[in-house]
Amino acid sequence: MFEVLIFATLNGLVTGLLLFMLASGLTLIFSMMGVLNFAHASFYMLGAYFAYSISLYTGFWPALILAPVLVGVLGALIERYGLRRVHKSGHVAELVFTFGLAFLIEEAVQFFWGRATRDYRSPDILDFPLFTLFGQNFPAYKAFMIFISIAIFIGLYFVLTRTRIGIIIQAAITHPHTVGNLGHNVPMIFMAVFGVGSGLAGLAGVIAGPVLTTFPGMAAVLGSIVFVIVVIGGLGSLAGALVASLLIGLLQSYAIASDIGMPDLLNWLGVSFERDHPLNDIWRLTLPQVAPILPFLLLVLVLIFRPSGLFGKRES
Amino acid sequence: MNILKSTVCLLRFIPQFCLPVVLFWGAQAFAQDPIRIAFIDPQSGTFAATGESGYLQLQFAADYFYNDKGGVLGGRKIEVIALDNKGSAADSQQQLRRAISEGIQFVVSGNGSAVASALSTAIDRHNRRNPEQRVLFLNYAAVDPILTGADCSFWHFRFDAHSDMKMDVMTSHIAANPDIHKVYIIGQDYSFGKAVGDAAISMLAAKRPDIEIVGNELHPIGQVKDFTPYVTKIVSSGADAIITGNWGGDMVALGRSIIDSGLDVPIYTFYAAYDGITATLGAAGKNRIRLVHNDYANPVTNEIRRGYTTAFKAKHPNKDVTQPRLATLLQMLVLAMEETGGTDPFAIATALEDMRVTNMTGEEVWMRGEDHQAFQPLYISVHTDENVVFDADNSGFGLVTEFSVPAADTISPSSCKMDRPQQ
Repeated sequence: MFEVLIFATLNGLVTGLLLFMLASGLTLIFSMMGVLNFAHASFYMLGAYFAYSISLYTGFWPALILAPVLVGVLGALIERYGLRRVHKSGHVAELVFTFGLAFLIEEAVQFFWGRATRDYRSPDILDFPLFTLFGQNFPAYKAFMIFISIAIFIGLYFVLTRTRIGIIIQAAITHPHTVGNLGHNVPMIFMAVFGVGSGLAGLAGVIAGPVLTTFPGMAAVLGSIVFVIVVIGGLGSLAGALVASLLIGLLQSYAIASDIGMPDLLNWLGVSFERDHPLNDIWRLTLPQVAPILPFLLLVLVLIFRPSGLFGKRES
Repeated sequence: MNILKSTVCLLRFIPQFCLPVVLFWGAQAFAQDPIRIAFIDPQSGTFAATGESGYLQLQFAADYFYNDKGGVLGGRKIEVIALDNKGSAADSQQQLRRAISEGIQFVVSGNGSAVASALSTAIDRHNRRNPEQRVLFLNYAAVDPILTGADCSFWHFRFDAHSDMKMDVMTSHIAANPDIHKVYIIGQDYSFGKAVGDAAISMLAAKRPDIEIVGNELHPIGQVKDFTPYVTKIVSSGADAIITGNWGGDMVALGRSIIDSGLDVPIYTFYAAYDGITATLGAAGKNRIRLVHNDYANPVTNEIRRGYTTAFKAKHPNKDVTQPRLATLLQMLVLAMEETGGTDPFAIATALEDMRVTNMTGEEVWMRGEDHQAFQPLYISVHTDENVVFDADNSGFGLVTEFSVPAADTISPSSCKMDRPQQ
């Protein structure tokens, strides 16, 4: 049991921090535009595919730098020539635009890379077990993932709170007109933030691709969960995104690792049902089976009891 | 000219006069019309690779064996139309309605027993209500036993062995290995995943009562991002063999996680090959991953099959012949068309019953009339790079058969009580 707990914690950390890399970009973009970017997970997928193609020629490490930059530039261009025009028509138009963009990117990925899973591998240098505990390896690559995610959190937090650029960005988010009157190029700032946000999603893709497999459905699998994190953490809060990511990563990991379910609860209550009872399927549910819907359950609870999210400041 | 005439007629709204012209044109066009087959499978989403691969193979088999040789029924070509069901039962029913409204009489589908079950029910109902517009369902891969068991339908034919038949072969292979004492079962949370788990438990109990089932886990289909937490449970359970019915993206991710964890035990699967899976598993899966299936990949001794595979690879270098039974399906369908001299679904269904053909691999395939379940030899193959002539994903790795069961030994009694419609 102890070993399961330790590995469940490690797995939860890895998943949680990966989710944070995605959520951090999304939360930056949200606080800027006031609109959720439905195509965010698609940038994550693009990151993985770009890195796969680049790594065929240069190996993993240059791809780790180049792919996120490419995705970031693409994101900035989409903001400049797409979103900015749509912005005039209001939030709904922006929402629909990003929604369509997600489909477009998925189709484009299928067109260029095909529908089969791509053989995108982690670098050989990290291809060893960092340590073996109770007969199970913990791959060095996962430690690398944890390291990168934490570095990003620290880096982002530092830039946003301790540097001049960060102060201007924060000001532009809440008081765009004042910042504009002070002589700063606000649209330019927005474009840069969108680019960096997309780039972060791309970076998450580069790192996650080898572990979670690179296939055209990878954006859809993560897409909804990222929104859940941003809402639970509090819209626009970086620390909230980190806490919510870890919370969801650990919650799912523990739920899967556990072995309890309705039968245990019923035994404890001393209730029993016939096998052919109409609700038999419900009475046989186990926690691991419902693990993937727990984040959504949490989302509903947070929205009921604390609509602004765990760390959110906005009431809207 | 006829088109013009009928259009002009219709525009003038003179049905009494127009109808014969339109009918005449229709009948003429009919002789040249292709025989259309709706291929309802995922072409997008998590399982897109599997659906796309099936579509390419079915269309290729149609071209290779029939269209390039002048077509069937006196020159009619076979045209396969891919309709994307996104892996969902609801979308499949919509696509079925679309296929029916376009006058398509043959539906081929396979990925997902939930989808197949929905299609079978919908087609059964449609055929009962619209006897003049019937549709035939040819299932090439959905293997939940219930489809030819309690829920069997006259309009449904299955060309793959169902999961109990495959599990029988798999458990025999496991039972023969004295090193296996603890087995862990993991599968997707739907009818097929549950059927695999139940069958594995009951069959292992019968064949090797000393084997302990140390886990029977279900996970949501197509939703799991990372299988590491599941693998942690497998490792801590002390299992020395794993059984899984996972397919598509769920199989790749599970295999990758097991390999990353360093767990070195045999993995028995239904679908751990092709469409990127073989390449992803690569050297790490060598001699560990086994697969039960009905068309062996290596060694190929039969010339027709060899020529077919070579031609397919020449046309689609990045794809593989993953499901040769799609060609068998077509072979039996065309034979039934030639026998009945038309495309009437009822006549073809009747002709398909108890049909025996020798497929392109040289094996005899029998379609049992009682429950519309096909019987053919079954094999267990291993993932390796030795003695591989036809590899998968151009990776150098592929499947080599190491255990085979003749068709006669795979036959189990039918439990189907079929409602047979009148002509």
